[in-house]
Amino acid sequence: MPLFRFAVVPQVPSGLSLFPPLSLRRRRRFADVRNDVSLLMVLIDTNPFFWNSVKSTLPFSKFLSHVLAFLNAIVLLNQLNQVVVIATGYNSCDYIFDSSTSEGQTQRAEYLLQKLEEFVNKDESLCREDSVDGPGFSLLSGSLSMALCYIQRVFRSGPLHPHPRASYITGGVYLKPQLLDGLFQYLSTVFATDLHSRGFLQLPKPAGVDFRASCFCHKNTIDMGYICSVCLSIFCKHQKKCSTCGSVFGQAPVHDSSTPDRKRKTPMDA
Amino acid sequence: MLQKESNDGERRFNREEEEEDDDDADGRGHDAWERTYADERSWESLQEDESGLLRPIDNKSLYHAQYRRRLRTTTAARIQKGLIRYLYIMIDLSRAAGEMDYKPSRMVVVARQVEAFIREFFDQNPLSQIGIVTLKDGVAHSLTDLGGSPESHIKVLMGKLTSSGDASLQNGLDLVQSLLNQIPTYGHREVLILYSALSTCDPGDIMETIQKCKASKVRCSVIGLSAEVYICKHLCQETGGSYSVALDESHLKELVFEHAPPPPAIAEFAVANLIKMGFPQRAAEGVISICSCHKEAKVGGGYTCPRCKARICDLPTECQICGLTLVSSPHLARSYHHLFPITPFDDVSPSVLSDPRHLPKNCFGCQQSLLNPGNMPASCVSCPKCKQYFCLDCDIYIHESLHNCPGCESFRHSKSVSTAGG
Repeated sequence: MPLFRFAVVPQVPSGLSLFPPLSLRRRRRFADVRNDVSLLMVLIDTNPFFWNSVKSTLPFSKFLSHVLAFLNAIVLLNQLNQVVVIATGYNSCDYIFDSSTSEGQTQRAEYLLQKLEEFVNKDESLCREDSVDGPGFSLLSGSLSMALCYIQRVFRSGPLHPHPRASYITGGVYLKPQLLDGLFQYLSTVFATDLHSRGFLQLPKPAGVDFRASCFCHKNTIDMGYICSVCLSIFCKHQKKCSTCGSVFGQAPVHDSSTPDRKRKTPMDA
Repeated sequence: MLQKESNDGERRFNREEEEEDDDDADGRGHDAWERTYADERSWESLQEDESGLLRPIDNKSLYHAQYRRRLRTTTAARIQKGLIRYLYIMIDLSRAAGEMDYKPSRMVVVARQVEAFIREFFDQNPLSQIGIVTLKDGVAHSLTDLGGSPESHIKVLMGKLTSSGDASLQNGLDLVQSLLNQIPTYGHREVLILYSALSTCDPGDIMETIQKCKASKVRCSVIGLSAEVYICKHLCQETGGSYSVALDESHLKELVFEHAPPPPAIAEFAVANLIKMGFPQRAAEGVISICSCHKEAKVGGGYTCPRCKARICDLPTECQICGLTLVSSPHLARSYHHLFPITPFDDVSPSVLSDPRHLPKNCFGCQQSLLNPGNMPASCVSCPKCKQYFCLDCDIYIHESLHNCPGCESFRHSKSVSTAGG
């Protein structure tokens, strides 16, 4: 299970109106600053079941101090950087910090912690109505959807548009920290750099991504299987009828019609 | 007397020529100061308000209304959709495609829209394939074979943009029909014809060809660029496709993009079947191996076929060695939203809008203020399942790109309700 998930989405927004006309030299220096502006969306997993299970190695309070230092570092790197924090709870998700709002300008840490506490209390109160069955999953899809809506809004209002290819392959970094004590160092060295500078860095590369699917019938992870052509349900064995959409499969399984050599026995079929 | 008449005739002729020259000048060579008015038609983006003052047209609400119409047609009911599509794009590159009523010319505009369409098509139909056929000099030419890589199609198309001769609809249909006859029975066969010409120059009886297309279950759709042509309309009616004629470039784009989402499937058209597919794993970075598609040694990246262990550069594809269809689970997952679309959001009634106590201040998705300048409530929508409020921009983004309701996804209870319902 991944410990920390960070969706880091750099962006180059910000209005020209922020700067009154200056002498040419100074203007160029400011332009450089503007080009490196990033919007950083941080999704914090506040799932209490998870944090309880790792409290001996990294208590939540310590984790927060790492993250706060990281957020401060981002704002320190460039005054125009924007930081938005979304809490991913067990029962709900919510925005807890946005550095572009007036509340986010002063006393950032106090404001963030106060909002986080409110969020955790609310999240807990929602929990009581439901019987809890063990450490459940966090609502990452919800907070990620919110983050994407926010990014879309920034793109809408800004003069720049997302690069079509960039949205196809996000080019993000997945990192599982080895030593939890050094979390801040991981964050500042890997995630604090803007998109431009990342091209020059040797960032951790994924060691093989698992693109396998799990079948609908037994929930097994498979690397070969049968797909219903009507509803795209995945099965690990050949079926006569699709259990999802009820289609009856007319013919024998379409054994890759384009196989050039049928005689060759494949290792998986054997 | 006779002399005078001929003189008159000559003069009249000359005058006609001059007028023609004038026409030409009107059509093409504007003075620089005129061009901004003639090309941009800036007056069309203005409208009068109640007091007779001019103001810019409210594009946002117009755009939103358009989107709602689109949404209603696509998510009307849970209709079976043809998710595995084999689509040929037939582009008319006859003399008529060189006409300059679209700027700079019809074929350039068509190519531009086709490029955008191909990207959108693969985004929405990751398991489908496209091929391109051109009509030129009375013959049909297969520009690219069926394939799943948008870049290769676009590259070839952009290199072949010249127009000449006549277009032959029959030759094009014959070619496409024979190509589509080879695809597996579970696939949906489609042709999208972008037709500039007003005629077709055929070697035989086109009606027979149309019947042949109908028999091999090829769905033919035509988008005309000039005017309605009977034979195109007849073709579409017979084969279950759609026929439309574009008014201008933006309308053309709209019409072309209507073909990106999968069309409702007709049960007899494709036999339900189980398809054997492999889910290759992405190889670790830094591993050197020779890929089977380009026959080149590559460092890192790429995928490994689970059956024959060959290296492939891109997904989805068919393994060059053993012929297994290779996809990744995200490709499948990205097709599921066509089967289980998220429910359209409801408009928030004005009575709720006028009561600020019920209305949250910000959009649930993007935190944008739901109040117009001057603290007047702006129009917004709400999800019927999770009851969260969203701004109109998020509404469009959620239904057209995200395919996830942030509200439903971020509450455990609404989530369990929605999964039980789905």
